[in-house]
Amino acid sequence: MKIGIVVFPGSNCDHDAWYAVSENLHQQAELVWHDSSSLGNLDAVILPGGFAYGDYLRCGAIAKFSPVMSAVKRFAAEGGLVLGVCNGFQVLTECGLLPGALVRNANLKFACRPVELEVATGNSPFTHEAKKGQRVTIPIAHGEGCYIADERVLDQLEADDRIALRYIDNPNGSMRNIAAVLSEQRNVMGLMPHPERVADPLMGGTDGLIILQSLVHAGAAASRS
Amino acid sequence: MSTGQITPEVITAHQLSTAEYQKILSLLGREPSLTELGIFSVMWSEHCSYKSTRVHLKKLPTESAHVLQGPGENAGIIDIGDGIAIAFKIESHNHPSFIEPFQGAATGVGGILRDIFTMGARPIAVMDSIRFGRLDDPATGARNRRILEGVVSGIAHYGNCFGVPTVGGECVFEKSYQGNPLVNVFALGVFKHNEVFYGKATGVGNPVIYVGAKTGRDGIHGASMASAEFTEESKQKRPNVQVGDPFMEKLLLEACLEAMKTGAIVGIQDMGAAGLTSSTCEMGSRAGTGVEIDLAQVPQREVGMTPYEMMLSESQERMLLVATKGREHEVFTVFKKWGLDATQIGVVTDDGMLRVKHHGIVFAEIPNRALADEAPRYNRPFSKPLRTAPETGQRLRSTNLTADLKALLSSGDLCSKRWIWEQYDYQVRTNTIAGPGAEAAIVRIKGTNTSVAMALDGNGRYCALDPREGTKLIVAECCRNLSTAGALPIATTNNLNFGNPERPEIMAQIVESIEGLAEACQFFEVPVTGGNVSLYNETLGTPIFPTPVVGIVGTLPTELPMPLKFPKPGLSIILLGGLGAPELAEMGGTQYVKVVQDSLWGTPPKLDMAHEKRVQTTVRELVRAKAVSSAHDLGEGGLAVALAECSFGGVGADIRLDSALPHEMLLFHEGPSRILVTTDKPENVLSAAQRNNVQATVIGVTLELRVTIRNRNEILIDSAVEDLKGPWTQALEHLLHNPVLV
Repeated sequence: MKIGIVVFPGSNCDHDAWYAVSENLHQQAELVWHDSSSLGNLDAVILPGGFAYGDYLRCGAIAKFSPVMSAVKRFAAEGGLVLGVCNGFQVLTECGLLPGALVRNANLKFACRPVELEVATGNSPFTHEAKKGQRVTIPIAHGEGCYIADERVLDQLEADDRIALRYIDNPNGSMRNIAAVLSEQRNVMGLMPHPERVADPLMGGTDGLIILQSLVHAGAAASRS
Repeated sequence: MSTGQITPEVITAHQLSTAEYQKILSLLGREPSLTELGIFSVMWSEHCSYKSTRVHLKKLPTESAHVLQGPGENAGIIDIGDGIAIAFKIESHNHPSFIEPFQGAATGVGGILRDIFTMGARPIAVMDSIRFGRLDDPATGARNRRILEGVVSGIAHYGNCFGVPTVGGECVFEKSYQGNPLVNVFALGVFKHNEVFYGKATGVGNPVIYVGAKTGRDGIHGASMASAEFTEESKQKRPNVQVGDPFMEKLLLEACLEAMKTGAIVGIQDMGAAGLTSSTCEMGSRAGTGVEIDLAQVPQREVGMTPYEMMLSESQERMLLVATKGREHEVFTVFKKWGLDATQIGVVTDDGMLRVKHHGIVFAEIPNRALADEAPRYNRPFSKPLRTAPETGQRLRSTNLTADLKALLSSGDLCSKRWIWEQYDYQVRTNTIAGPGAEAAIVRIKGTNTSVAMALDGNGRYCALDPREGTKLIVAECCRNLSTAGALPIATTNNLNFGNPERPEIMAQIVESIEGLAEACQFFEVPVTGGNVSLYNETLGTPIFPTPVVGIVGTLPTELPMPLKFPKPGLSIILLGGLGAPELAEMGGTQYVKVVQDSLWGTPPKLDMAHEKRVQTTVRELVRAKAVSSAHDLGEGGLAVALAECSFGGVGADIRLDSALPHEMLLFHEGPSRILVTTDKPENVLSAAQRNNVQATVIGVTLELRVTIRNRNEILIDSAVEDLKGPWTQALEHLLHNPVLV
């Protein structure tokens, strides 16, 4: 299983994702530079947290035009597994790979804290090792994690069972407590919490492994078939 | 070169004394140009030259088996085993943060991070020590709240984007800081022994390369501003504050570390205070070489800048490096990859001069040593330390000790600082084993079994009463924090925040504090590897409390951290170090007296350093052997506040004391060398204490939901845990948003 981790110049959770994949999950991890126009031979892609190109304009607004995102779009269109964490989620919505947008937290402050989440669907490559309704605790660390979309989109997401995680105690004002959403084909997921930060008991928890291991097993199954 | 522009008014405006100007004349053998005067004024400012403190800083211990690099470089370096080293340092950004809190604090973080990565180390932790006026002060509260909010969001903005976790620190509110807040930022980085770089311009003929952000007019004379008192005119200095770009800094970090790996870089230094000036002359001075630069080559953000402006600009996120001649392209390739400017602006020469040219004309020609090493040094006169506090105060007359405890827990200094630290990303890089709110911050070093623990502490109240003893207490407290977390303290950095050193009674505070620091660091075997001095912290003639801030680092094996909070009911609670036998005068500096009496008097608590060391050895031994289930040291607020803090996980305590002390003293005195531990095998703890000649007493047991403290069957404190935790949790936000003005 080979997982690519995209590195924008302002990514700062790239090493963390790399460490979780290689040291905690014992899979092959490869860093993919932002100006690469091809991904090579990967089983899955992670867009890590950070501030892609500084994000002074709007989170992910410049990343959308990077060569690597064209490659990620092609990869996703072919059914490849793409996980966007925090800034990665913001980039995915900017690119149109996921619906909706992420705007400033309701209280206008950056928030770093563990949050309790409910797994809203187990029907995805990223959550299939969890049961629907299961609670997990994963930290957030963002200033712009308030998920918004128009009512029609939100209704559609619910109808399609594409809301993957919901906040128990909404930390940022996200509509319908949404913490993670899936693409129509269910092979792309974006989430604001950081599963790579709780993949090691030393970091105070291992609930992030549920998501990362789901991804690894789904990726392995896909590459076998 | 001389243009005859140097009038006495111009010299005064550059904050140079007549004697200093005479020294410039004799060093140059001629009258300086305006550009040269500007260069001297910055390099000889208090901020850059430490001219008032250097003779005393020599008293600090700087060596041990762990120290690879002591003071004098961009940061100190300590060996932590396995071929790994850490670089760490603290720096102040007090003056800029008062004038423009957000950018002032943000660029403070940026500056100290560059000090770390210019040495080749990747920053892995930041801590902040911040001090403001009281949030509920009727006259200045609104401004103090605005400064706090600005400083916190500035630190968050810079650190979060850069990708370094802010893992701890302290925040204090005191009237003394209302006209002069303190923002001290500590940073720590990690690297291998063979990855260390120094700021030396070696190799005559080697190219001098400018990298990073373009130069603008921002921050001109920042270093001299940081060396002056605040007056009404200070507001006009707002353009002196620099603007930070953390994304640029992140690019600079990655590019510098990658360029260092090419092997083509021989020396590198960040452009901090006085930017181009300090980096060129210091790198030349350290190597005994000259540096010649052509300002026309400097990447510029604005048009029409004069040599004076370019040499004094403090634009952020810039570095100067010297590469091996013929290998420049290897450096340029890396910087291009990261989208950064990298331009050769000069060359290393053999004549020891800093020569600044612009379009072929020489604007400055000064021996590097004259700037970096010949700065005036003053043995300023000192008398007795300034002290405004009386020797005695009001009687202690508590009518409701439980209410007093709640008042302490909801006071600005002791309440939960969660509102602050949740705005900081304290986990990025996934090394934070213990973060904000812990006894000491702990970050693991990946690829080893070693973690680094760090603590940052100050106490202006103790130092206002006795700068020497106060400073020793701070060192003891930091070491105790580390030991309680299971770490062995190994080295120190310090930030000395004081008033105007030209006043003998302020200079006396400085001397006493430095001597106290020297004595304690010697005794606890934590040599000083660097630091910062911030003087002239006065507004309209009123100095701040003498405020040395001490950061100490230590090491421990990588493991899950020892909890601070009581983990479960039914455990024995043991107080290591005893209940103490303070005199009444020692209550005058406590938080109890601050909160209940709103005053300051008496003396700081007494410290027996030998006893302190034995207590620390004992707790470190117990924590490492997992012979205890939790550990928390007694600090400000004394025994009662420590017990309350231990109970905030929901498990309280039933405490039974046997003491003849007045109850206020028993509960709230701040005598050092005391630590609360819990255990289900008290006999093991008691025998370990006995072996180390440390007093240890079982004072109670943990139990669900309630904190009760009795002395000789009299109930002193009785409260549900929630009723203590509620005010503690909500106090800061309450002070910020609904201050009750008294």
